[in-house]
Amino acid sequence: MDEIPILKIRDCLLVSIQVDMHDRLALALQDDLTNRIVESRARGVMIDISALEIVDSFIGRMLNNIAGMSRVLDAVTVVVGMRPAVAITLVELGLTLTGVRTALNVDKGLAMIRRIIDAEEGGGAGRSE
Amino acid sequence: MPVEASETMPVQSGDDVVRVRQAVRARAVAAGFSLVDQTKIVTAASEIARNTVDYGGGGTLCLEVLREGARRGVRLTFADSGPGIADLEQAMTDGYTSGNGLGLGLSGAKRLCNEFSVKSARDQGTIVTLARWR
Repeated sequence: MDEIPILKIRDCLLVSIQVDMHDRLALALQDDLTNRIVESRARGVMIDISALEIVDSFIGRMLNNIAGMSRVLDAVTVVVGMRPAVAITLVELGLTLTGVRTALNVDKGLAMIRRIIDAEEGGGAGRSE
Repeated sequence: MPVEASETMPVQSGDDVVRVRQAVRARAVAAGFSLVDQTKIVTAASEIARNTVDYGGGGTLCLEVLREGARRGVRLTFADSGPGIADLEQAMTDGYTSGNGLGLGLSGAKRLCNEFSVKSARDQGTIVTLARWR
């Protein structure tokens, strides 16, 4: 079965979804990512969906779940690269992805993750090592 | 209304849902849909195809390209012989789900199409027809 690779860059995990995902693959990614956050003690997760031609309610739910689980595990999730046609369709579908942070591209996503982690650590709310 | 092309395909598994998306995309492109319109009809198809598999126990899709004067459209008819929808009005409500989804499948797909209808009765399966015009 296909697998979506998860790359680790410093304290961030990077996932770039490059295939038309069937539902099982989406669920597998959700599990894999959650495990990797714990194993790698990652503080940030970036999901690049620039290759995705659609985001339906199932994939939207997966993104919501990943954001929720990573928050519980003290990591920040940012979804980057959503295509304009996908954004228009998502809103009309009724999926607002509340709770999922988004950025336009990978650069801005990384900057956002860095900013959030720094703010948490500066405020003393970060993970104690 | 003249049908320019039509094909029927199985909707039995998660892999079929992916194939449905690809087939609908190809027809929408051939009918000259804009990228946004392609994305809307493919997303709607994905929602309904998943319902057909998850709730209908699998079924079929009839995919048609329509022409009415200068207008062209894509019509999708999903049919299953599953348990049917007991309360159609409730099923069409945003956020209502009998399974573990978000409850946006039917209501969301309706918003993404120009034409939408559901025929269903308990134990008599479900037929969902949707169409989008260029």
